[in-house]
Amino acid sequence: MTETNTILEVDRLSIRFGQATILKDVSFRVMRGESVAVIGPNGSGKTVLFRALIGAIPSEGGLKWAPGIRFGYVPQKVDLARDLPITGVDFLRAREASNRSADAAMTQALAAVGLTPALCRQAVGSLSGGQFQRLLIAFALMGEPDVLLLDEPTAGVDEPGQERLNELIQRLQSERRLTVFLISHDLSVVHQHASHVLCLSGGTAHFGEPTTILTPDLLHEVYGTPVAFHVHDH
Amino acid sequence: MTIEALALSATMALAAGLVGCFAVMRRMALAGDALSHVALPGIGIALALHVHPLFGAAAMLLFAGLLVWAIEERSHLALETIIGVVFSGALAIGSLMTTGEDLIDALFGGAGTVSRPEMIFGVLTAAAVTLFVLSQRHALIVTLVSPDIARTVGIDVKRLNLLFLEMFALTVALGLRYLGVLLMGSLIIIPAATAKRVSRNLTQMLTVAAALAIFVTVVGSLAADHFHRPTGPFIVTLAAVMFFLSALWGE
Repeated sequence: MTETNTILEVDRLSIRFGQATILKDVSFRVMRGESVAVIGPNGSGKTVLFRALIGAIPSEGGLKWAPGIRFGYVPQKVDLARDLPITGVDFLRAREASNRSADAAMTQALAAVGLTPALCRQAVGSLSGGQFQRLLIAFALMGEPDVLLLDEPTAGVDEPGQERLNELIQRLQSERRLTVFLISHDLSVVHQHASHVLCLSGGTAHFGEPTTILTPDLLHEVYGTPVAFHVHDH
Repeated sequence: MTIEALALSATMALAAGLVGCFAVMRRMALAGDALSHVALPGIGIALALHVHPLFGAAAMLLFAGLLVWAIEERSHLALETIIGVVFSGALAIGSLMTTGEDLIDALFGGAGTVSRPEMIFGVLTAAAVTLFVLSQRHALIVTLVSPDIARTVGIDVKRLNLLFLEMFALTVALGLRYLGVLLMGSLIIIPAATAKRVSRNLTQMLTVAAALAIFVTVVGSLAADHFHRPTGPFIVTLAAVMFFLSALWGE
């Protein structure tokens, strides 16, 4: 475990909105290529943490990314009217507007996430939840990110779609040596895929490997109720 | 109506059509419309000080743009209130300050003669607005989809929002001569709303909105000239007719 492999160092990070403290003294360290699942009950500050990590909101304490890091961010909720004449191509082209090899990069990103060019020429409002998530992931990939932050990418997606998205994320991570941050409520997916788990609750955090964090006692304490999830032991 | 005045109105309409596309997509149709009302007290002050009314209007509009931006950065709810109270209040105060023929012209637009400085201001501003929308359309689209995504790709969202609002304000200033403070917002919004209904992608929307705005402005101005009436009502009526036709066509 060398210093140079550290991609993110968070040291006693606190986030406040006015009087309300959302997160207090959260510390963890992430290495390149790791896969960090962020879990916790609703309102525990998962999305807020992500927004602080990308610099969208201010925070106190230490938050240090390795220099020159490129982010790919896939937000949970996109407040976009469904009737806009904006196509997937319009959106992706906006990413590579300054790049001459825009079309090649777009084709590559679409292939990586499994979207057809025909779908991409439709208005984004006509895409299904899963297709739209893929489009957002394609956008993120076009920037050749080192870090991918995904905020509940499978929320509102049907079961087979969820499985395909989870496979996609895993494949992208291993193929591109990405460091992945994933907010998820699906503890069995977290247990299966994550190398580390960051569990937020009541402003504080537990960080460690899935086996140490996803224990019945800790989950009970965090969620306030016994939590059962299915573990695939292979 | 001179050829120069007509040409100037066409460049103004081009800017209005383009800026309108993003105004409509950002759901600021009503906000934008009300924003144009603040021009009236600006015109009143300028007339009282014997300054060209255009400059009084532009100054007030730019200030209103800044105000909307500052409030928008904080909360969305407050903005609705500000628009409902402040901008409508500005219209009332402006009406008290401006009287007679000046008031009618300021409210609905009148052709008159275009002075040289006005011509230069008009062409340069229209060019600036057009250039802004075309060069920033990619950043505007990403920000529209998600401001947070925009931040991760290095877009200064705050600055972009301010620039957009000020470009919107300048476009309103450009059109005041032809449409007046009551109707200028409509020339920005209606062609873009029409284009939104009939377009399949961004390029189509921008093209259709610009073409429609220019068409209704030129035809409306000529008609108003012919009937010796204010230009604004003709232009906006024509724009509204186009919108309803597109709604029928869409069905």
